[in-house]
Amino acid sequence: MEVGIVSYGAYIPRYRIAPKEIGRVWGSDGEAMGTNLMIFSKSVPSPDEDVITISVAAARNMLKRCDIDPKDIGALYVGSESHPYAVKPTGSIVAEAIEAAPEITVADYEFACKAGTAAIQTCMGLVGSGMVKYGVAIGADTSQGAPGDALEYSASAGGAAFLIGSEKIIATLNCTYSYTTDTPDFWRRDGQPYPSHGGRFTGEPAYFKHMTACALGTMKKAGTKPTDYQYAIFHQPNGKFPSRLAKQLGFTEDQIKTGLLTPYIGNTYSGAVPLGLSAVLDEAKPGDRIFAVAYGSGAGCDGFDITVTNEIAKLRRENAPSIKFMMENNKFIDYATYARYRGKIKMKEGGE
Amino acid sequence: MTIARFWRENSPRYNLQASKCGNCGKISFPPRTVCPNCHRKSIGKMQEFQLSGKGEVFSFSIVHDAPAQFQKQKPYIVALIKMDEGIMITGQIIDCELDKVEIGMRVWASFRKLGEEGPGGVIHYGYKFHPEL
Amino acid sequence: MREVAIIGIGQTKFGELWDLSFREIGIQAGLAAVYDANVASEDIEALYVGNMSAGRFIEQEHVAALIADYSGIARDNIPATRVEAAGASGAVAIRQGYFDVASGLHDIVVVGGAEKMTDVPDAQGAAIQDSAADQQWECTFGATFPALHAMIAQRYMHDYGVPREHIASVSVKNHKHGALNPKAQFQKEIKLETVLRSALVAEPLRMFDCAPLSDGGAAVVMCSMDKAWKYTDSPVKILASSQSSDTLALHHRSTITSFGATKAAMRKLTKRTGVDVSQINLAEVHDNYTISELLALEDIGFFPAGQAGKATVDGQTQIGGRVAVNTSGGLKARGDPIGATGVAQIVELVTQLRGEAGKRQVSNAKYGLAQSVGGTGSTVVMHLLGVA
Repeated sequence: MEVGIVSYGAYIPRYRIAPKEIGRVWGSDGEAMGTNLMIFSKSVPSPDEDVITISVAAARNMLKRCDIDPKDIGALYVGSESHPYAVKPTGSIVAEAIEAAPEITVADYEFACKAGTAAIQTCMGLVGSGMVKYGVAIGADTSQGAPGDALEYSASAGGAAFLIGSEKIIATLNCTYSYTTDTPDFWRRDGQPYPSHGGRFTGEPAYFKHMTACALGTMKKAGTKPTDYQYAIFHQPNGKFPSRLAKQLGFTEDQIKTGLLTPYIGNTYSGAVPLGLSAVLDEAKPGDRIFAVAYGSGAGCDGFDITVTNEIAKLRRENAPSIKFMMENNKFIDYATYARYRGKIKMKEGGE
Repeated sequence: MTIARFWRENSPRYNLQASKCGNCGKISFPPRTVCPNCHRKSIGKMQEFQLSGKGEVFSFSIVHDAPAQFQKQKPYIVALIKMDEGIMITGQIIDCELDKVEIGMRVWASFRKLGEEGPGGVIHYGYKFHPEL
Repeated sequence: MREVAIIGIGQTKFGELWDLSFREIGIQAGLAAVYDANVASEDIEALYVGNMSAGRFIEQEHVAALIADYSGIARDNIPATRVEAAGASGAVAIRQGYFDVASGLHDIVVVGGAEKMTDVPDAQGAAIQDSAADQQWECTFGATFPALHAMIAQRYMHDYGVPREHIASVSVKNHKHGALNPKAQFQKEIKLETVLRSALVAEPLRMFDCAPLSDGGAAVVMCSMDKAWKYTDSPVKILASSQSSDTLALHHRSTITSFGATKAAMRKLTKRTGVDVSQINLAEVHDNYTISELLALEDIGFFPAGQAGKATVDGQTQIGGRVAVNTSGGLKARGDPIGATGVAQIVELVTQLRGEAGKRQVSNAKYGLAQSVGGTGSTVVMHLLGVA
C-alpha cells in the first residue's frame, strides 16, 4: 500500500527577538553570535502559547486544507521536548480540539529534535498496515535556552502537523531509514528548566556523524543520489550546520534554501524539519522529489525520500497561512519582554 | 481544584460548540439544554451547532488591572465579539496592537491558554480571537 | 397589601474600617437604626440582611444568624434571612422586608446590609467582585467586572458620540455631594483632570470612574403605616418596590448601552404608583462605575438616551438641578460596601425626605427614587419613597 502525506499545516508564533538584543543583556557580542550561527532572529511564543496550542493551530491548519472527517483519524502523536505536562499527554488535548476524539490512539513522543519525524514513521506503519485510515504526526516545541547560554540565541518555538494516509496522497513517503546510537550530546534531566549540552561535542560526533550516516543510508535504500532531488531539508540547530552538511553530501544551497528556516525563526527543535517540510510543500509541484533528514540529540536521525504527486494541485493550500506568511507576520520584542513572556523572571509564588 | 468544572465545558471552550433549537432555530452559546426563546417546546430538540469562529468586534476594553492568570499579558484587550452566526461571545483579542483594535474589526477564533492553577496545577485552554488574516 | 413606612435609619461611616469586624459593622448600623426608631428590641419581629460575599471576604456564611445573634435579637428566636443579588443585595433585602410588613406577616422588621471588603488584599477583593458577572463565560475569558463596564462605556461613546469628559463628570459631581456627607468614604471634591489622569483600570475607565472597595453597614426599621406614628413624627412611606432580572452575561443582551432591567423596573414602579419620572427630583442610583449612572438616568427616563452625560456637565443632576442624583455621594464617594449599598441608598432618601440632610438638603422633594443594580444589570431593584 502506498503511504504518504495527505495534508499538512504549520504554526509559527508571531514574536521575534534578535541575537544583538540578547547579547546586549549578557554583555556578549550578540551580532557576532548571530553571524556565527547564521541566525538573524528567533521566534518567541506568547505567554498564552505552548506546545499544545501550537500543535492545535498546526493541526487545524492541516485540516483546513483538506476534506476529511476528523473522526476518521485513528492515531495522533505529538513529538516535543517541551510538552506542557511531564505526565498528561499533549496529544489527547489536541485530539479533542480537532474533534478526532474519542475513538483514537494517542501518545506523546520525545527524542529531542526528531520526535516529530518519529511520529511520522509511526503513522506510516499504522496506515501502511491497515490499522488506521489516517494518522496525524505533529512536531512542535517551545524550547528554552539557559539565560546567557549559546542556546539562548537559537532555541525557539513553532510546529507542524502532517496527515498521513493512503488515499489522495499529495506527497508519497517512498521510504524511511533511521540511524540511532547512544550519544549524549545534549540532554535535560527531569525537573531541570534548561538543557545541557556537550559544547563542540554536539558537532562531529553527534550531528554530523548521524546525519551523514542517515542521509547515505536513506539514499542507498531509496536508490537515489543528491541530484535526484529538487528539495532537501536537514535538521537545522543553526543556519551553518545544514549548509556545511549539504556541501559535504553533495547537495546545493539552492536545494536546501526553501526548507532552511532557522536563520529567521531559530531552532524550533521538534518543529524544525516538519516546518522545513511545510515550507517546501507550500511551493512544491507535482513530480518534485524531496529529501528530508531530521536529527535528535541522544542521538538519532530519521531520513525520508518523498515524491510530490499530482494531488497536491487539489490541496487547498491557500486555506491556511503559508510558512512565508507566518515568517513575515512578526513583531520584534526586547529582552525584558522576552524574559517576562518566557517565565525567566522569578515571580512571587503562593499567597499574597 | 476546579478540574470538573472546566473539563465539563471542553467542547464549547475548545471548539466553539454551540446549540441550535430544533423548534425556532435560535443559536445559543454556551450550549443550552432549553431554548431561552421556546422553553418547553425545545426540550429534546436542542441540536449541536458548530460556530465558524469568525466575527467582528462589538465593543472592547484594554484591561490594565488584570486578574492573576492574565498578569503576564497585561495590558490586554478583552472584547465582545459578534459572531457571524449572530450571537455574541466575550473573549480576549491577541496578536493585535493595542492602538489598532476598533469596533467593527473582523476577528477569527484561535486556541490558547486561558490560565493555570499554579505551576503544579491543570492548564485551562480555550478560545481567544485574533485579527483576521 | 398594607402600607409600609420606614421609622428608623442608621449607618456606619463607609470606608476602610480597620478596627471594625463584620459583626461589629452589622451591629453598629442595626442598633443605630433601632435607636433612631425608638423601638425596643423585643418589638423586632424579623431581620433581613443584604450581603454579597461574606463567605469569600471573611470566610463566613450564614451571616443573618450572625447579625441577629450579635445584635441581641436572636434571643427572641426571630427569623433572620440573608439575601444576595451581587450589588443589589441590600436593595433586595429592603424588598423582602417591605413584603414581610406589607403582607401583614409582621409589623416591625429590621433590614440591614453590610460588607467587610478590606480584610482581603485588593486583588482578591476585585476577583470576588468579578463573581457578580458570568464567572465561567465572561471572567475566565478575561472580562473583569470593570472591563465589562468599560465595554459598555466604549460602545456608548461610539453610538452616541459622547466625549470621555461627560462620563468622568459623574465622578466629579458625586464627590461634590460626598464632601457634604459626614458618613461618606471620600469627603473631598475632585477636579475633572483628577479623574482623567487617574490610573487606567480598563480603558476607557480609570480609577476615579470606579467605586472603591469599602467596609460599612446600613440599616432601616420598617413598620406598618398604621402603627408608624407611634414611633416617629416623620415616617417615610415605601410607595412601591419593583425588581427585574436580565441575562447574567453582558454578551447575551440585545443592547449593552441600556439596562433593560432598569427600564422594566421603572415601568412596574410607574404602573403601581401612577408616579412618573417627571414628578421625581431626588434619586439614588447605582454608580459603581461612572457609566452606570448615565445608563441609570437614561433608562429611568430622566434624560433621553445619550444625553445624561451632557445633563451632568450642565449641573442638572446636582443638588438644585433637574433631579438631585446621589446626594449621598453615590457609590463613588459615599463608598460601596456591596451588601450595604442598597440599604444606604434608602437611608439617604429617608434623610432627605425627613428634611434632615443638612448641607446637602434638596428642597421640594416629594418623592425619592432608589435604583440598585446587581452584576451588569442582571438584577435591578427600584424603590419609590414618599413623605407620609
